[in-house]
Amino acid sequence: MGGQFFRHFSFFSATLSFFLLVGIFAILFTYAQEALAEFGIDFLSADTWEADEDDEGGVFGGYIPIIGTLLSTFIAMVIAVPLAMGIAIFLTEVASENLAKPVSIAIELLAAIPSIIYGMWGLFYFAPIVQSIFGGNGVGLLTAGIVLAIMIIPFMAAITRDAMNTTPNILKESAYAMGATKFEVIKDVIMPYSKAGIIGSIILALGRALGETMAVAFLIGSVMSTVKHITDPTTSIPVLLANNFAEAQDLEMSAMYYLALILFVVSFIIISMAKFYFLGRKSAVK
Amino acid sequence: MGKKNMVMELKDFTFTYAGASKPSLNKINLPVEKHKITAMIGPSGCGKSTLLRAMNRIHDLYPGNTYEGKINLYTKDGQVQNILELKKENDFIKLRQQVGMIFQKPTPFPMSIFDNVAYGLRLSGLKNKAELEERVEKALKGAAIWDETKDRLKESALGLSGGQQQRLCIARAVALKPRVLLFDEPTSALDPISTGAIEELIAELKTDVSVVIVTHNMQQASRLSDYTAFMYLGNLEEFDKTDKIFLNPKKKLTEDYITGRFG
Repeated sequence: MGGQFFRHFSFFSATLSFFLLVGIFAILFTYAQEALAEFGIDFLSADTWEADEDDEGGVFGGYIPIIGTLLSTFIAMVIAVPLAMGIAIFLTEVASENLAKPVSIAIELLAAIPSIIYGMWGLFYFAPIVQSIFGGNGVGLLTAGIVLAIMIIPFMAAITRDAMNTTPNILKESAYAMGATKFEVIKDVIMPYSKAGIIGSIILALGRALGETMAVAFLIGSVMSTVKHITDPTTSIPVLLANNFAEAQDLEMSAMYYLALILFVVSFIIISMAKFYFLGRKSAVK
Repeated sequence: MGKKNMVMELKDFTFTYAGASKPSLNKINLPVEKHKITAMIGPSGCGKSTLLRAMNRIHDLYPGNTYEGKINLYTKDGQVQNILELKKENDFIKLRQQVGMIFQKPTPFPMSIFDNVAYGLRLSGLKNKAELEERVEKALKGAAIWDETKDRLKESALGLSGGQQQRLCIARAVALKPRVLLFDEPTSALDPISTGAIEELIAELKTDVSVVIVTHNMQQASRLSDYTAFMYLGNLEEFDKTDKIFLNPKKKLTEDYITGRFG
């Protein structure tokens, strides 16, 4: 009786996530129909976003926010991955326990800060610093990318550290007993052993960076213009959606559902590629 | 036994773990003879693994432990080196290449069978492919696992059975041509058949290396070893030829332990 109930409950819970995924996709696809019919695949390469005077039609293209999303995420990952790995290695293998504990706690707290706080801090404190070093006018792609990196580093570092901590001591000792140095143990034993966890942390951080709205809205500049220089202001999909959603009607609304659909598909593809490529290779070795 | 035949020798060796108020090992004096098998027996917590782990300084991965006394290693060219005086990472690496270690559980690295055995060789700077292949084959043959692995050298070592993995770990250690091999309860995670294979292998190894083995299994100690050390509460209670320890121990405590009256 209890077993039956538990079986059904866990089956329901497990299938729910699948139906949610399909359901959200179906809704986005349905609402995007009007824009899909109007602009088709050219939506991806068109760089204007203008509603008509009467708000009933207009010309909408997703090129700028799509590129803005991909580039800001790319900048964030390039900065965040090596730093997060460095932090995780430091915490698990280099730092003494007295140092590792407080640093770990600080990192977990950083991971819990709401993104709008990163956005405000970035705008008032960090943007002028970027401006003075790299030029531009402060807000822009680079500032958004760096602050995104700062946001995802603690998160990635915390998960990677947990993954690295699962490496059995006896396995590390075996490598040391073969005459390995600390660096060689990290490279040859700890990293391969915790690969699945490390990739997992990168995938989760990637998902977060792709969809991040608030902090990026403060920092990317929110203007419909193509990026020519890395410090130029531009916009991203979530930012454009958040900024325009309240006033949009009809075709513009549908175009925004089209954009949301693209973000959904892009996240889905990137994350499944990462998952299948890295984790698939691991099982092939085995 | 004369000093000539010795490969290692512990003199008044005292070891205290970081933060402990009392030493875990008290003034241990133990000779390790060349090309013989020395077994260490005793109840859990007597310090036999602690002693073994001092002999390749693997304790030093965790800071704060203190050593007193001497552990001498007699090198190939007849030099004496007190390994407790080593301080640099490089010296530890050289020590561990001469004094290998096999652990309670098989510990294959997450890489191919070939790379597992070649690992230590590559670390020591061997790059020549033909020589690597030759040494790997020789080590796998030496560990009696060549026939089972020769067709799957490129496959992950994690696909081997527990007993095969442990023999792979022995091959990996043998490949470096160490002077001494330390075994820390090498069969405690294995079934009886795999245990038999490992025991046979250890007995064969002593033509090339000197062996120190910690074991909970008294039959194993009596079957395998030439010398046996009985340890109790951090003290070396009795050390002698294995026959003497098992047939005619000097101390009542030793007799009680080997006859199973406590442990």
